[in-house]
Amino acid sequence: MNRADQSARFVEFDGVGLTYGRDAERTQALMPTSLRIAKGDFLALVGPSGCGKSTILKLVAELLEPTEGRILFSGRELGAEPVRVGMAFQSASLLPWMTIRENVMLPLKIVPPFKAGFRAKKAGEYRDRADALLERVGLIDFADKNPWQLSGGMMQRANLCRALIHDPDLLLLDEPFGALDQFTREELWQTLQDLWLDRSPTVLLVTHDLREAAYLASRICVMSPRPGRIIEDRAVTFARPRPIDLTFDPGFTALVQELRGRIVHTPVTGSIGGSAA
Amino acid sequence: MSPRQQKLASAGLIVGVFVFWELFCLLAGISELILPRPSRIIAAFIEYQHAIWPHVWQTFYTTMVGFVCGVAIGLGLGVLIGSSKLAYDTAYPLLVGISSIPKVAVVPIFVLWFGAGTIPAILTAMIICIFPIVVNVSTGIATVEPELEDVMRSLKATKREILWNVGLPRSMPYFFASLKVAITLSFVGSVIAETVAANKGVGNLMLIASSSFNVPLVFAGLMVLAIMGVSLYAVFSLIERNVASWAMRKEI
Ligand SMILES: Nc1ncnc2c1ncn2[C@@H]1O[C@H](COP(=O)(O)OP(=O)(O)OP(=O)(O)O)[C@@H](O)[C@H]1O
Ligand SMILES: [Mg+2]
Repeated sequence: MNRADQSARFVEFDGVGLTYGRDAERTQALMPTSLRIAKGDFLALVGPSGCGKSTILKLVAELLEPTEGRILFSGRELGAEPVRVGMAFQSASLLPWMTIRENVMLPLKIVPPFKAGFRAKKAGEYRDRADALLERVGLIDFADKNPWQLSGGMMQRANLCRALIHDPDLLLLDEPFGALDQFTREELWQTLQDLWLDRSPTVLLVTHDLREAAYLASRICVMSPRPGRIIEDRAVTFARPRPIDLTFDPGFTALVQELRGRIVHTPVTGSIGGSAA
Repeated sequence: MSPRQQKLASAGLIVGVFVFWELFCLLAGISELILPRPSRIIAAFIEYQHAIWPHVWQTFYTTMVGFVCGVAIGLGLGVLIGSSKLAYDTAYPLLVGISSIPKVAVVPIFVLWFGAGTIPAILTAMIICIFPIVVNVSTGIATVEPELEDVMRSLKATKREILWNVGLPRSMPYFFASLKVAITLSFVGSVIAETVAANKGVGNLMLIASSSFNVPLVFAGLMVLAIMGVSLYAVFSLIERNVASWAMRKEI
């Protein structure tokens, strides 16, 4: 594989399907799916509830094993260090007994090579690293507070920082802004876009909000109802950095309308009980 | 009512009960062999205090030794059971079964094995306090939010790292909350064992005093037990409040 090819296939789904449960309780969540994600891409996954978006995310994070097909990571085939993953969910799930700064530093305790540094008393350096990130998202004044002293939007910022502190190659976000009000959400879109622009991790974003997908993503995959498959895969070409006013642009609105049409009018396919392969 | 007024009212109520008790016994002319007046109880305590102290020490000692062993075992079992779903599901019915045995019933067995004395009291204090600790610690560990667990696993954290960084700290408030329940239970356990089969301890003192119809001394023993019980509970509540302040969402 040459370099260009390798980076185009940073993550590759090769006929990956997933069925939960066994025997009578089988639920096919994902039909065999092939998908390539290029390095540095910002891919949004949208689709009706229960179509398998979170399932795809968990497969990429290797929290689940595919029941069909295989997932390839280009870095790993070359024997390079494993793909570093950062993850954030709708609930910030920060640890209440730690300060915000300590929460953000948590992955450094786990992920090599930082882990070794933690023992070698590089904590001061890591602290600066966390502070820089907190500064970036406007939370530096709250670094020494505990999570429950923050608003929902602030916690979600801290959650993003925790997902990014170890410079992941792959950032996996599952409806990270789902529980926030419109204004906070749009603010965080811009924060996320900025972070992506200067760190360029590969992002996989699951969202219910089509405007969010259209504003943030470079590529949108639309999924069918369960068992999910990708029914549309399109590039989003608005110039970056995208101003928030873009959301009022006729081109933007048209895109959102089109996506909505795809999701609402897709008939249910496949069987419910499971064995549609 | 402000917290201060609340405390004053509680203290007032306690004093009131004792005053009522004193007056009631005096006016109704109740025999000292049935219910001694509080003033007689205090007098008996002062009179016999040199005889009482070794018993207090013995009860305190058996309670603490049993409690410490129980906590160690409970913590270990709690971590073990809490960190594996399989162990949790497998061991729970057994634990519930053991916990529903009235612990007094095992005292004769301990006496059979170890003879009357200190050891049955320690063992009773120990066994009686294990269960609440196991339940609390394992629940704290087993109920880590699935999202958080996913975040940790996506970082390729090992089970031990998840336990150390998330599960254990998370279960600490549960653990400290269970300590104040456990210490009370241990205390009850060792007094029961002393009453059944021992030659020392406040429970034993009361037993002997009642067989010689020294009723004020029996009640003095009861008073000492009440004070010990309340103090132990208070100490562990205080520890709980200070150690796991984050769980109480206190403003710093
Ligand atoms: N652990 C599980 N065991 C059994 N079935 C599951 C499990 N997790 C998910 N499913 C099923 O798989 C399907 C896809 O689930 P998934 O969580 O991926 O949906 P989703 O697209 O993320 O939905 P939402 O938008 O509501 O979050 C669902 O229909 C669900 O019933
Ligand atoms: Mg989901």
